Amino acid sequence: MSSKESLSQTFTEKAKLVSAFVTEIASEEEALSHVLDLCGKKEACQLLVSGCERDLSEKAENLCDAKQSKIIAAPGLKKDLYKKLEAKCKKSGFECIDSGLRDHLAGVDIGFTFADYGIAETGTLMIDCPSEDLRLATMVSEYHICILPKSKIRKDSYSIEKMMLTRMNKTPDYMAYVTGASRTADIERVLALGVHGPLELHILLLED
Amino acid sequence: MQKAKNLKEYREELHESLDNDFLRTTLDNFAVAYRAGRANAFKDIDVRALIREIADSKDDATARFDELYKQFKANAEASGAHVHFAKDADEANAIIAGIAKASDCKKIVKSKSMTAEETLLNHALEDEGLEVVETDLGEWIIQLRHEGPSHMVMPAIHLSRYQVGDLFSEVTGKKQDAEIEKLVKVARRELRQKYVEADMGITGANFAVAETGGIGLVTNEGNARLVTTLPRVHVALMGMDKIIPSLHDALRILKVLPRNATGQAITSYVTWITGANECATGTDGKKEIHYVIMDNGRSEMSKDPLFSQVNRCVRCGACANVCPVYRLVGGHKMGHIYIGAIGLILTYFFHGKDKARNLIQNCINCEACKDVCAGGIDLPRLIKEIHARIQDEEGHPLPSLLLSKVLKNRKLFHTLLRTAKWAQKPVESEGFIRHLPMILGKEHGFKALPAIAEKPFRDRWPDIRPNIANPKHRVALFSGCVQDFVYPEQMEAAVRVFEANDVSMEYPMEQSCCGLPVQMMGEMKASRDVAVQNLRAFETGDYDYVITLCASCAAHLKHNYPKLMKDSPSLTLKAQQFADKVIDYSSFVHDVLKVKAEDFKKTDIKATYHAPCHLCRGLDVHDAPRELIETGGMEYVECDEEEVCCGFGGTFSMKFPELSSELLRKKLDNVEATGAEVLLTDCPGCIMQLRGGLKTKGSSIQVRHVAEVLADNKK
Ligand code: SF4
Ligand code: SF4
Repeated sequence: MSSKESLSQTFTEKAKLVSAFVTEIASEEEALSHVLDLCGKKEACQLLVSGCERDLSEKAENLCDAKQSKIIAAPGLKKDLYKKLEAKCKKSGFECIDSGLRDHLAGVDIGFTFADYGIAETGTLMIDCPSEDLRLATMVSEYHICILPKSKIRKDSYSIEKMMLTRMNKTPDYMAYVTGASRTADIERVLALGVHGPLELHILLLED
Repeated sequence: MQKAKNLKEYREELHESLDNDFLRTTLDNFAVAYRAGRANAFKDIDVRALIREIADSKDDATARFDELYKQFKANAEASGAHVHFAKDADEANAIIAGIAKASDCKKIVKSKSMTAEETLLNHALEDEGLEVVETDLGEWIIQLRHEGPSHMVMPAIHLSRYQVGDLFSEVTGKKQDAEIEKLVKVARRELRQKYVEADMGITGANFAVAETGGIGLVTNEGNARLVTTLPRVHVALMGMDKIIPSLHDALRILKVLPRNATGQAITSYVTWITGANECATGTDGKKEIHYVIMDNGRSEMSKDPLFSQVNRCVRCGACANVCPVYRLVGGHKMGHIYIGAIGLILTYFFHGKDKARNLIQNCINCEACKDVCAGGIDLPRLIKEIHARIQDEEGHPLPSLLLSKVLKNRKLFHTLLRTAKWAQKPVESEGFIRHLPMILGKEHGFKALPAIAEKPFRDRWPDIRPNIANPKHRVALFSGCVQDFVYPEQMEAAVRVFEANDVSMEYPMEQSCCGLPVQMMGEMKASRDVAVQNLRAFETGDYDYVITLCASCAAHLKHNYPKLMKDSPSLTLKAQQFADKVIDYSSFVHDVLKVKAEDFKKTDIKATYHAPCHLCRGLDVHDAPRELIETGGMEYVECDEEEVCCGFGGTFSMKFPELSSELLRKKLDNVEATGAEVLLTDCPGCIMQLRGGLKTKGSSIQVRHVAEVLADNKK
């Protein structure tokens, strides 16, 4: 097995251990269909963002009401790819945005991004996101879908240390290691996914 | 939080925890699950080497603080951040309140920070009329309940889903089910609203990287990311100990921190922030970012040759996770703000003697914490040192004073032990005798007490001393007080096996107590004095090994003697040479004598094992005794939690009998579940505890030293 293949295998294994969904894709086009598909399937019968079905305080409920349609946020996508996504969303009746995430803090359904690197040892995505919109897309989305080109997977965190430093030295910088969905075990040590961040993390491994 | 004024009140508080069934069950389950989770997380990793590296790099950072701080500050400022230094908690709180005021912030969201707990930051900000909301789920829960954390990583581990359900019903004004999944969702929505409103976000930091001037945050929930992104002002409060030279140092710590904390390979998020990032609501579209670096007792620690290692702590909480005392009483009782072994230490340095006085005594010295510490800190030793310091400053309690006086005079000590045989009750009247290592006072109903032997080992020795014509090994025997005066038959059993294997033996008569009991009571001077006596007693002979059947003595002689002699150059080398020769019974028989199964009769006895703390962790001996059981003609059956403390802990069992008896109860339940007829171990202290407990229970299980059964089964 080539080292690229074995790294991607370890990555997949480790990412699945922390309940990330990993799918291999052959092209960016395929990624788009995946995004549309997931958005469509997601809570097909309701538009509500997670938690809004519960009885909440008045203020929290008001924020829930702010969201009225299914939204896909994809800041930081290459222009042509975003155009294609936008067209597909239109057909499916989803709202598609690439900026102004602060107007959607109630939550968006899908945040669609690219990872800079993958860390095989822990199934981690490294996403450099000094852009606030990009950052928010990875935080307030219910499902975070992230494309990781296979050629960008490295063995461990030490092997991307240099790349991290280069980015950090171009200040200001905001960088994230993302491993699985947002989680908590704060009540009785029972694991619950999706506390403040995404409920699901979908990684699309792109053959390149 | 510590409120108890004296040990009596503290013990009353401990009783509250012992009576809390939910807490007990939760912590029991956690202790067992954690052990497995951690082992699994480190499966393919050389964890000791990694911890060593962390210790070295953190020590280096501590030594170079001034230089690194300068570098961090320069880089941070170049990237648009503001850097502040606070000498203590009040100053840190004032700086943060000042920032809020200057930037006209009213509402604050916070992510978890132990440093902010340390400074009681929330109270200080609320006093200034600011609204502060914790966003970490556990922290939010305890904030709503007006409590402190009961664990550094899982602050609300002491609460049940029902308690949280009731709390959330109150907060939302609507009835909430006690279903965890649903409660988490309620928090998600209620807190999302808070982020939107907030104008300031406060976090801690796990790393402050000098070479970049940025910080790193290690979290699971994703709240720190929102806290650092949405509000226009971000303040990160951190101790000086968080400053490290390079990103590489941070990545190294990151390899251990989550694995040690919760058994996760890595947390869901690690956030690296360098400089004033884009922020739509900030002035000029930029975030206003402040780093507040706080001393609050840390530089005092750094300057101390012994305590500077405390700065290696990465706040993983593992030292609480494995602590048998924490497991019984929980974090509110085993800490003030910081919890577990490190909590006992930091309480003294950060919150003062008054808060630490009772707490510091609540350590059984089982070394479980030291064994897992991410920074390789010698926690039990530091705990004892602080105990000693407080006693030096405040005066020593009578019993420990008397015991150390007595121990300094070996003859007097031994005479007292001999007389104790006749006077079974001088105990109460003379007050101090019950604090001697083996004569126990009241409140020990949970175990029957042994009697002092008719004739101590030292008096038997001249008669039983074998003559070995062609010795293969020359050894000296160190009996320790318990085997000398209570269980001399265990020493005799060892002598029989050694004789059969051509080992020539000496028993230096001037030897005394190893000194551990007084050290446990914080009597460092007496501990040193006794150590010197023993070093002198063994100095003349030409021995290959110094053998002891007591795991606690062995670990103390081996590891603590060289440390105790550090300040007397003439004895340093001697202590080290002596320590190098010290070996425990099982290791000697297994690794050196290499006895064979054909030397022993085969029996069909099922035996299980209790691993003394000071053998399995103190000396890192695991396989030798278990293999000896099989070699010695018995069937070894594994016992659950074999390496967990039996609750003896020397003088600990006298100070906290209620904790000692609980630990014993658990141990015996596990032992009985094995169906074994014999329980073997390598330490007379453990034997005293275990026999006493089984006898009180009316159990037929025999407790014996490995040496005894080997002597019995010898062909
Ligand atoms: S030595 Fe044992 S009892 Fe003492 S703090 Fe460490 S783990 Fe707890
Ligand atoms: S003392 Fe060691 S084990 Fe305890 S929290 Fe600090 S690093 Fe972790």
